[in-house]
Amino acid sequence: MVEGPNGSGKTSLLRLVAGLLPAASGTLWVSGGDIVIEEREERGKLIGWLGHHDAVKPQLTAAELLRFFARLQGTRAQSVTAALERVGLSCAADLPCQYLSAGQKKRLALARLKLCGRPLWLLDEPLAALDADGKSLLLTMMREHLATGGLALVATHDPIDLEAARLQLA
Amino acid sequence: MSAFAALLARDIRLAARAGGSAMLALGFFAAVVTLLPLGIGSEARLLASIAAGVLWIAAVLANLLTLDRLFQADYEDGSLDLFALSPLSLEGIAGAKIMAHWLTTGLPLTILSPLLAVLLHLPAAAYPALLVSLLTGTPAISAIGAVATALTVTVRRGGLLLPLIVLPLLTPVVIFGAGTVLASIDGLQNGGIWFLAAFAGVTLPLSPFVAAAALRLNLSE
Repeated sequence: MVEGPNGSGKTSLLRLVAGLLPAASGTLWVSGGDIVIEEREERGKLIGWLGHHDAVKPQLTAAELLRFFARLQGTRAQSVTAALERVGLSCAADLPCQYLSAGQKKRLALARLKLCGRPLWLLDEPLAALDADGKSLLLTMMREHLATGGLALVATHDPIDLEAARLQLA
Repeated sequence: MSAFAALLARDIRLAARAGGSAMLALGFFAAVVTLLPLGIGSEARLLASIAAGVLWIAAVLANLLTLDRLFQADYEDGSLDLFALSPLSLEGIAGAKIMAHWLTTGLPLTILSPLLAVLLHLPAAAYPALLVSLLTGTPAISAIGAVATALTVTVRRGGLLLPLIVLPLLTPVVIFGAGTVLASIDGLQNGGIWFLAAFAGVTLPLSPFVAAAALRLNLSE
């Protein structure tokens, strides 16, 4: 859990861990559970990323979007329907994403995170735009993820009801 | 390889959907070329002598129009971050996007060009040269354009900067492309097509690497 006021560097820290930002100095290594990241190249197979932006294309349908990311990330695309159902979007599967609300797009991003099945989740403000139902869904997903040996680094303002180490950025 | 194919298929699908770049480029190309005789009169000899240049310049401009959003759309909505964290390297991503851009812009333009050449009274002898030169030259436009869009991906309204970077680099393509067609009107071969092929042969394999380096630079800002 990474906490701190606006502009304190939560997103930068997450991007640094993801390898999207180079470190000005020092080295970064991640180690916990079964996960060890030393090489930059390994991150592509280990990191599940949920950023500010949902990376949802308005022209594609929800199912098309998930199938594409499943193929890009090299996971099996068969579970797309199950992932959509999990986040409560099965009725919107064949709807172009331009008709989805901000909360629904976030849910779609959650489905993608789940689908890609990476062991280290980096979540940037995951609760933004989600309703109460969506928030509890995210909590359940995170609990499951942690229970199966996964790691999660979450930057957030909102209190999350989870036992976790907290890092306070000034 | 399946990740490369997935990205290629996605980009083609996005371009083909309503409001996508494929129809935009084709429409622009057709509009510019049909507008020309209306502006300068319908004298067949005059039109025939400028047809090659007009078709080539219109093709370059139509490409520019769609290159603008090649990486920017994915950068703005966060897709590019996810691409960078996928098993596919940024070089592979750039390669897939360049190929998709050519398949949805350069190739349809080439196929449409003989039809528009009729409007400009291009002599029949020049059609093969027109098709071959566009087929050889348009991949180079996609390649060079991709490098420039990767460089300007973080610049707001980077599309305004794009022509300034791309057009000077594309002068050889226009010179040799249009030159080949012009020479063929008189039944000559000026060797321009080989220059064009060499230009494409150098820019195409290099461009994914240069574009990926530019993207890496821009993503880490």
